[in-house]
Amino acid sequence: MLGIGWALRRVIKNSEDFFLSGRSIPAWIAGLAFISANLGAQEVIGMAASGAKYGIMTSHFYWVGAMPAMVFVGLFMMPFYYGSRARSVPEYLKMRFDEKTRGLNAITFAIMTIFSSGISMYALAKLFELVLGWSFHGSIVLSAVIVLVYIFLGGLTSAIYNEVLQFFLIVLGFLPLVLLGLKDVGGWHGLTSKLATVATNAGFEPGAWSHSWKYMDSPSHNPMGMEWFGLVMGLGFALSFGYWCTDFLVVQRAMAAGSMTAARRTPLIAAIPKMLMPALVILPGMLAIGLHASRGGFLPIGDDGQPNYNLAIPMMLGHYLPSGLLGLGLTALMASFMSGMAGNVTAFNSVWTYDIYQSYIRPGQTDAHYLRVGHAATVFGICASVLAAYSATRFNNILDMLQLVFSFVNGPLFATFLLGMFWRRTTGHGAFYGLLTGTITAALHYGLTLPQGAVPGIKGGFLGAVLHTYPSEMALNFWTALFAWTGCFVATLVISLFTKRTKTDEELRGLVHSLTPRQRDGDMPWYKRPVTLAVGILVVSTILNVIFW
Amino acid sequence: MRLDVRWAIGGMFTILGTILAVYGVLSNQAIYERSLGINVNLWWGLVLLVFGLAMLAFAYRSMRLPPPV
Repeated sequence: MLGIGWALRRVIKNSEDFFLSGRSIPAWIAGLAFISANLGAQEVIGMAASGAKYGIMTSHFYWVGAMPAMVFVGLFMMPFYYGSRARSVPEYLKMRFDEKTRGLNAITFAIMTIFSSGISMYALAKLFELVLGWSFHGSIVLSAVIVLVYIFLGGLTSAIYNEVLQFFLIVLGFLPLVLLGLKDVGGWHGLTSKLATVATNAGFEPGAWSHSWKYMDSPSHNPMGMEWFGLVMGLGFALSFGYWCTDFLVVQRAMAAGSMTAARRTPLIAAIPKMLMPALVILPGMLAIGLHASRGGFLPIGDDGQPNYNLAIPMMLGHYLPSGLLGLGLTALMASFMSGMAGNVTAFNSVWTYDIYQSYIRPGQTDAHYLRVGHAATVFGICASVLAAYSATRFNNILDMLQLVFSFVNGPLFATFLLGMFWRRTTGHGAFYGLLTGTITAALHYGLTLPQGAVPGIKGGFLGAVLHTYPSEMALNFWTALFAWTGCFVATLVISLFTKRTKTDEELRGLVHSLTPRQRDGDMPWYKRPVTLAVGILVVSTILNVIFW
Repeated sequence: MRLDVRWAIGGMFTILGTILAVYGVLSNQAIYERSLGINVNLWWGLVLLVFGLAMLAFAYRSMRLPPPV
């Protein structure tokens, strides 16, 4: 079954040029590629792990986080991205601000891709460990070799096309798992009664795992350890907007659309299936923890004495699916790991080679020279990912680690973009030192606080004094992002006021909101306009929030 | 002529669905104990098959229509 999946992928990949000629990708394909770029291993494994660890509150990542952010990208950010023709985030920053801002962002972005690919590598290795029965070390080496081969065989040339296929593979591969699991526990009702046991065992009210807002009045009443303000500002604002507005792996998909209108509609179309994703990725985690509590020991216990939530999906696959369908599920999972790793390592390669090496270290060399540097960067990126994968073993939920990385990189960057795009007075010095301040603020906050039950080190508190203890890793991430955003915003604002503008209005045309022509949607029928889509999405996600209150 | 990505999706799931459903009929029924006694290979294979055929049908239909301007 696995072999067939792979053989099919190869045959189909070769026909990419045949199927997708030119840039005019239909909006629904670009939309699916848009969420598929984000529906990697991290999403599938991480969201299920969070569903188990934090319960249905994980859905805030979708209905409070992603939805408004995707609407914002579609309505307000896309005109600048699409209009400026920038090919990467660092390139946009260079056009809007200056070289040094671009360089700083290139470096933090490169670090982020390494962590992202390391986390995928960890997840893949865990899967090999489980399926093949190898040791974790052997499994890591195997995953590293596979990615290396995959990239050197030109694995990512047909990214958008593969992503759409992969989207359907993941949805259709996991749906039977959710259906079987729900049937086994006795539907939603049966699940909530099992989750009540989980919650009371952990010392919370019985509904803490199955209500998304009800217990958000105080951090001590819910498993995530958040109250509503920190969640809305930290996750809903700083982290989610930061991620969806500035992560170019995702935004790039919309840029392949045929026209400005299609590009703006891409994130909005993507938001529709995205809204329903929790049923596919969070629910299995909730089922797994429910089974863990009622049957005893469904999830393996890690070194820290906590269940290893990362294994929720693999354990569920092995528990419910017979051979045959199991192959489909594993193929779907592996496909997402591969593209997650390969996508990040390739992004690392291009940012390192073009935005750092060619721009600052050795400009003016031959193409062959840069190609060699690129190959070396790929190998280096994979080795660094192995290290990141080992640090991921310290987290029982990879989403905790991923959001930590995002809070350092995307949180402050979003403040820079917001000011840069909507305030023409923002200067290059302001952006650079603001971004630096934001990242340092994140590091200080992370270094001086600790999640409950963790030892100082990779999980925070490494600066000696621990000033505050958060109830969970995720709570620490949200506050880190919020601090980083605020630090960057204030510093950029103040420094911009005290420094001279270096770019004239003419140079900023198409890069800043007030200097860009308004989008006209008047000649479209009302139901096709981006605004209509946007309002519909926000209404439906509000309804979902209320249903699972 | 621009071909539709739906051909590939449809083709892939039609093949996958057929294989899965046939495997479901031929396989030893004891393996379905873990999936609550349901022959999920057969049923889900049929779901995939229907999905694949629907995609092929959409692709065929849009090929017959004049391309959008």
